[in-house]
Amino acid sequence: MRFWRLPLDAKKYSIPVGELHIIDDRCKGCGYCIEFCPNGVLVLSKKFNVKGYHPPEPLPGKEMECVNCNLCQVICPEFAIYSTLKFSKELSEEDIERYNELVRQRRKDFHE
Amino acid sequence: MIRRVPPTEPFEVERHLSKNEALHGIHPDDTYLKPGRIPHIWCPGCGLGVVLNAYIQALKAREIPQDRASVISGIGCTGRAAGYLNMDTYHTTHGRAIPFATGLSLIRPELSVTVLSGDGDLFAIGGNHLIHAARRNVNVKVICVNNFNYGMTGGQSAPTTPLEARTSTTPYGNVEHPFNLVSLAAASGAVYVARWTAFHARFLVESISEAFMKPGFTFIEVITPCPTGYNRPNKLGAGLDMMKLFREKSEIHHGLDPNEAELDLKRRIVVGKFVDLEKPTFADGYEKLMNGDPKRA
Repeated sequence: MRFWRLPLDAKKYSIPVGELHIIDDRCKGCGYCIEFCPNGVLVLSKKFNVKGYHPPEPLPGKEMECVNCNLCQVICPEFAIYSTLKFSKELSEEDIERYNELVRQRRKDFHE
Repeated sequence: MIRRVPPTEPFEVERHLSKNEALHGIHPDDTYLKPGRIPHIWCPGCGLGVVLNAYIQALKAREIPQDRASVISGIGCTGRAAGYLNMDTYHTTHGRAIPFATGLSLIRPELSVTVLSGDGDLFAIGGNHLIHAARRNVNVKVICVNNFNYGMTGGQSAPTTPLEARTSTTPYGNVEHPFNLVSLAAASGAVYVARWTAFHARFLVESISEAFMKPGFTFIEVITPCPTGYNRPNKLGAGLDMMKLFREKSEIHHGLDPNEAELDLKRRIVVGKFVDLEKPTFADGYEKLMNGDPKRA
């Protein structure tokens, strides 16, 4: 469903913002969290950990897009990543616009 | 005269924490894991860590305390899982995880007894124990991790290796037909049968926590990538490539006849909850007999 303006009951809802905690030295670089993060927040970093793998890191500029869904914690085989709730932000016009863009993109992908 | 030796005074030993022990306690799930054991020995990209993680998440979801849960595992890569959990765990002889679990669940019925073991352990050497435990309907939760080969010993062909798959003992292709594990468990009389892959982590957590609440023999098959043992000879790529394959090929069909639950990596992987029924357990029947059932008198 697409919205053409900020919904009137927008104040009732909020978007959680999560804080990512990555334990670098436990990571074995399997890439599950990077591939399956629903918002695409994570990316493989260039640094090395103790074992010589590249741990993940939040994509610069996308740190605030983590919604604390904790999928990375559930899918990580190494117990090396988790997220905690930082704060909840109110819905704004930009969020609605971004959501619409996402819906448009998904519809396009579906028809192709 | 007896010479009395004064008791030795305890003295402070400077304990050097290993690097792994120093890292312990950073993650919220570390209370469920033994200090100093993580990182585990499983290969990068192995799905076994996901299964162990899912088991811990399910314990957390059902709020089962650590002293009310017990994990029993056999031999194999999956058998190592018992060593990592900070609770009463047994690392038993090859294929005999279920007899140990049967004994434990009968003597301590309040415990949540889980068998976390591999396909080679549960279906190759321990096949008979599994079908008879399912027939008796003992209160044991079985999580069988299926990675299509004997991973720990070097990728030999197992009873679950698909037809024409290459392993280290079948370099020109496997000619043996594999077991359909869910069908076998359902036919043997398990009250709860489900199949998931390591990709369906959330479904797996839900399924395990559902099985915790179910009295009787429950069976959950988890298909995991084995990047070293199975993927390498079959050119399936790394663990992540296998996970993408699971995402692409798996179809969720709840309540399907387990005989039709197809497991073919080239065509489709049918996942879901296939059997969920109520049956009196072995302990129930035995207790009734001991207390004198009026019908039997």
